[in-house]
Amino acid sequence: MIIFNQLWNFFSSVKLAIFTLCALAGTSIVGTIIPQGESTSFYVQNFGRETAHFFQILDIPNMYYSWWFLGLLGILSTNLIVCSLDRFPAVWKIIKADNLAIEPERIEKMANFNKWEFGTDKLNHIDLAQLLKQNGWHAQSKKIDSNELFFCQKGRWSRTGVYIVHLSILLIFTGAIIGHIWGFKGSVMIPEMSSTQKVFAFKEGEALELGFTVRCNSFAIEFYNNGMPKEYKSSLTIIEQDQEVLTRDIEVNSPLTYKGITFYQSSYQGYQDFILSITENSSGESKVFTLPFQKQMIWEGKDLHFGIVNAEAVGQRVVRAKVWFKSGDSPASIEWLNDNVNTTFTSGAKEYTLAVKQMYATGLQVAKDPGVWVVYIGCGLMLLGLYVAFFRSHQRIWLFKKNGSSTPQLWLSGSTNKNKMAFTQVFEKLKNRIEHAVQR
Amino acid sequence: MDSSQLLGITTFTYMLSTVLYIAILVFKTPRLGGIATLFTALAWFVQTAGLVMRWIESYQLGIGHAPLTNMYESVVFFAWTIILLYLLIEWKFKTKIIGAFAVPFAFLAMAYASFSTDLDKTINPLIPALQSNWLIAHVVTCFVGYASFAVAAALGIMYLLKNKSTASGNASAALSSRFPSPVVIDDIIHKTMVFGFIWLSGGIITGAVWANSAWGTYWSWDPKETWSLITWFFYAIILHSRYTRGWSGKKIAVLAIFGFLSVLFTYYGVNFLLSGLHSYGSS
Ligand code: HEM
Repeated sequence: MIIFNQLWNFFSSVKLAIFTLCALAGTSIVGTIIPQGESTSFYVQNFGRETAHFFQILDIPNMYYSWWFLGLLGILSTNLIVCSLDRFPAVWKIIKADNLAIEPERIEKMANFNKWEFGTDKLNHIDLAQLLKQNGWHAQSKKIDSNELFFCQKGRWSRTGVYIVHLSILLIFTGAIIGHIWGFKGSVMIPEMSSTQKVFAFKEGEALELGFTVRCNSFAIEFYNNGMPKEYKSSLTIIEQDQEVLTRDIEVNSPLTYKGITFYQSSYQGYQDFILSITENSSGESKVFTLPFQKQMIWEGKDLHFGIVNAEAVGQRVVRAKVWFKSGDSPASIEWLNDNVNTTFTSGAKEYTLAVKQMYATGLQVAKDPGVWVVYIGCGLMLLGLYVAFFRSHQRIWLFKKNGSSTPQLWLSGSTNKNKMAFTQVFEKLKNRIEHAVQR
Repeated sequence: MDSSQLLGITTFTYMLSTVLYIAILVFKTPRLGGIATLFTALAWFVQTAGLVMRWIESYQLGIGHAPLTNMYESVVFFAWTIILLYLLIEWKFKTKIIGAFAVPFAFLAMAYASFSTDLDKTINPLIPALQSNWLIAHVVTCFVGYASFAVAAALGIMYLLKNKSTASGNASAALSSRFPSPVVIDDIIHKTMVFGFIWLSGGIITGAVWANSAWGTYWSWDPKETWSLITWFFYAIILHSRYTRGWSGKKIAVLAIFGFLSVLFTYYGVNFLLSGLHSYGSS
């Protein structure tokens, strides 16, 4: 029991909180100077074998997930929990307190206090509760013998502000832990018109089953005039049991979520292959082909032969391609087509619409994080709690009408738990109003 | 008038405001007070116009984004926020003396933005990752926080000067006798720090939300993120030592200055001395 008490006192102290916060801030600097998550050989090369070994022992290459850093976070959490359990009951008592049960002597001793004495009993003609109400204070009152006590308060719930902030930190930690246990982070490259059921985890590179299929229908990049990429865009389709369930375009900053798994556009890769779509204008039939460079292909049943014979690129990006196209026995036509622009070909008696584009793979980042909403709720609560803790205060006003002695008296007192200067102004204003009303 | 001319004018008028506020302090000419305030407010409007112009120009270039996306623009916005906060404090606390400490920060920021060769002043298109409303929310919240910490540090310097001269009674005592009382300075330091803390918290949160919407990770411990957290811890420590251990006055004034150094490192040092995801900011 003694040990329990000692532990309790240790973990409820604010000294420990300040120590832990200093330790977290101080040690965090290390990981911003020493690059994180590199291979062992990187550290040996840059810091020497001995230092690298020392790093390994202290988990410096991954310090934000090391036992000692997580330990500090654990101490912080324990500290927060114990400290709150230790203090909150007292705060709850103040919030729920019956402030009319106060001893009149205590009213006299408050920082803000004023006392009026009256020769006559004109006090009795004034409705004090009404007067307080006119000044924005809703009063409860109680008769004590021949005296009467009024009490008003504002913002008593603001006392919970710091506890909301502290709770929010615990919530954020909880969300992070949930994400760590039940979530994953990975990535995958899907060539256009291909699909995948697996992605590859960041950490070990192991394959993770999605439980459904994702297909990349197409990928496109837009450029600014100066050649900088403006937007990457992929059209994705989710397939479950051979059924297409959902098709959507994603862009950087605008991901797709399905069954808790989110696909983020993150990179791309250009191929030497091409994608050619052919539409037979008379029948409206159309088909899409993946064409390796300089290789002939056939649309079976239509007797169409075609291939890409040449291409022109700016950097890695193909801007136009030379298409060779032949229908049946009629002579072949060869033409330069701009990337991804529809062009009409006439071959034999028929017209066809062709569009050719370079083939890409879309690079997706894939994440499942069931804890993120807990983290966001924590963040919201933190801002709310900070606002309440800093800008709201618990203000209390007592007004005591004392008839007992020969000269009737009126006592006014007030207290606040913070921002005393502002409250003094509020108090002075109320005092003047009351004085004005009573003297009239 | 294009935005760079307007912002150039701003730099010079902030310099003049600085001179005016220091003149009020040194020559005890309160009559200059109105002029100093008027001048600073005018400069602030010119700067606002400059920022709006830059925004319009970005649309004319077919890029179209708020002027808050690189180091240069953020330094300009930082100065803008400092002046806005300072003018609010002047109005609320009815003292012009703080101007001699706070306005120079805005002037220095503008001078750095205008004359440094490290900063690229052209309006550039945004790479896909930066095209997000969260970017705007992130930059605005962070810089309101940074600007309040700058004002807190300015007040910290003021407090230390006052403290030193009342202790030793030397020549500068004459100067600082016109400062607000230590209790008032201490109170404003606390208020600006608290205000900054909320905005910094908001800045870290909006940054996390943005990262999550772009990459699926709300926190990745890159150096910039980590430094913003270190700064946040630092101010949390100050708040706790004040609230629960009763620290005030000199200790808090010193911490306010150190806190701002941490802000500067987060904002500036990380971009140039360390590398990470946020390296776009150095362009
Ligand atoms: C990063 C972590 C923390 C943050 C952001 C934080 C935030 C805050 C804030 C904003 C306040 C209000 C201060 C004021 O009104 O001026 C506060 C008060 C307080 N904090 Fe923390 N806190 C943290 C960690 C802790 C820890 C670990 C403890 C453990 C003991 C703790 C104990 C307290 C106490 C006792 C108060 C005073 C509450 C009162 O009596 O009203 N804090 N905290």
